[in-house]
Amino acid sequence: MSMAGSAPVSPIAVKPPLWLLAELTYACPLQCPYCSNPMEIAKYKNELSTEDWFRVLQQARKMGATQLGFSGGEPLIRRDLEQLIAEARRLGFYTNLITSGVGMDENRVRAFKEAGLDHIQVSFQASTEELNNFIAGTDAFEHKMEMARQVKKQGYPMVLCFVLHRKNEDQIRDILDLAVALEADYVELATTQYYGWAYHNREQLLPTRAQLAHAEMVAKEYQEKMKGRMKIYYVIPDYYETRPKRCMDGWGSVFLTIAPDGTALPCHAARQLPGLEFPNVREKDVAWIWNESPAFGRFRGLDWMKEPCRSCPEKEKDLGGCRCQAYMLTGDAANADPVCDKSPLHHLVTEQVERVQQLAGQKEFEAKPLVFRNMANSKRITENA
Amino acid sequence: MAVIADLSIPFLAPTFRFQWEEVQNCHVILYPEGMVKLSASAGEILRRCDGQRSVADLIIDLKQQFPDHDLGPDVKKFLEEAHEHGWIRTR
Repeated sequence: MSMAGSAPVSPIAVKPPLWLLAELTYACPLQCPYCSNPMEIAKYKNELSTEDWFRVLQQARKMGATQLGFSGGEPLIRRDLEQLIAEARRLGFYTNLITSGVGMDENRVRAFKEAGLDHIQVSFQASTEELNNFIAGTDAFEHKMEMARQVKKQGYPMVLCFVLHRKNEDQIRDILDLAVALEADYVELATTQYYGWAYHNREQLLPTRAQLAHAEMVAKEYQEKMKGRMKIYYVIPDYYETRPKRCMDGWGSVFLTIAPDGTALPCHAARQLPGLEFPNVREKDVAWIWNESPAFGRFRGLDWMKEPCRSCPEKEKDLGGCRCQAYMLTGDAANADPVCDKSPLHHLVTEQVERVQQLAGQKEFEAKPLVFRNMANSKRITENA
Repeated sequence: MAVIADLSIPFLAPTFRFQWEEVQNCHVILYPEGMVKLSASAGEILRRCDGQRSVADLIIDLKQQFPDHDLGPDVKKFLEEAHEHGWIRTR
């Protein structure tokens, strides 16, 4: 905060964060190869305490944050989740639990309700037991079904999330039928975003153009059919776009992620960006982190942009796209997101897409195993890197 | 199709949350991963959807508090919209 009477340092008016994503732990009983957690999950062991989280919740709420997501990893692993929910509710947050459902039973669903939880989003990996359990790397499908029924029965709004990729994209009709059968209020057909583990497995996950055309048609059909009863969100992967997404609604603009070890991030993938020192809530308060830390100011607004973004008439619309994607694909986080066809490096995306069109379905290409998200793989891969 | 009649008793749907936000300086509707900021008049109307009073009573109450405005048709129109969004239900 600036000193009383002094002019603010930055010319950009900093709006308060509206969304707090609390990644409570990187531990998870599932091993989804499309996980957007960092590959280095095994390195971050020093989780915040209950008191640390209480302090973060209070500070963020005071700044005006309204939406709170409990996420991870699998947030159900935290034994203090009920306490965290109760404190968040007391502070006036709208509380979202983003979970696989593994680690919950009927009683815990009820305990969360009593603590004031507003919403539970249960993720599924596929519409059939066999594929679901293969992708999740664990035997969880029947339990997820039961938890989805409990969520509905106990009066929560029900949001089902299906992460789509080449291995399950063709199940889209069965996936939507499953959502209808479970009486979901909202269905998120979440296209895989290529960060963390998903980036590592990108070649095996990227769907084909034909799959996407089919999925879009079916999604539209169900959107029409279920109008007024079930809201279906469907977005195509940005690799197939020619303009980038307005990532996180702008860097340091709406979203604040707190990683399990207390590192504060403008998005859950930002940790990989070089040259930025992300502050930790153990040392700094949320208002300083948001308003004054160099890391949160680094890509805020438009001044950081290089060409072709700087002179682009659409720069305020998409804000240059995703900083992490720019870094992962071009090596410089200040470049235009190469999803944009105005980027001189757009071919880095289209080459990947075309490679998948040509090779998908071929036995040898499809036989390459997925790397599952678990601590052993994290250690193996990141220690050799 | 009009679902809001003079004698309907509107109440907030349990799957939405309606509250005052100090920092935004307005009432808001909260739902899974989303928020709608409400205008001052929308906030005043929803604040009165308490499951006790009818639409007619609610309009009388608003007229008493805001005597310079002819609220009737606007209130019903807003309540129709709120019902369509699923924010309120009626009995």
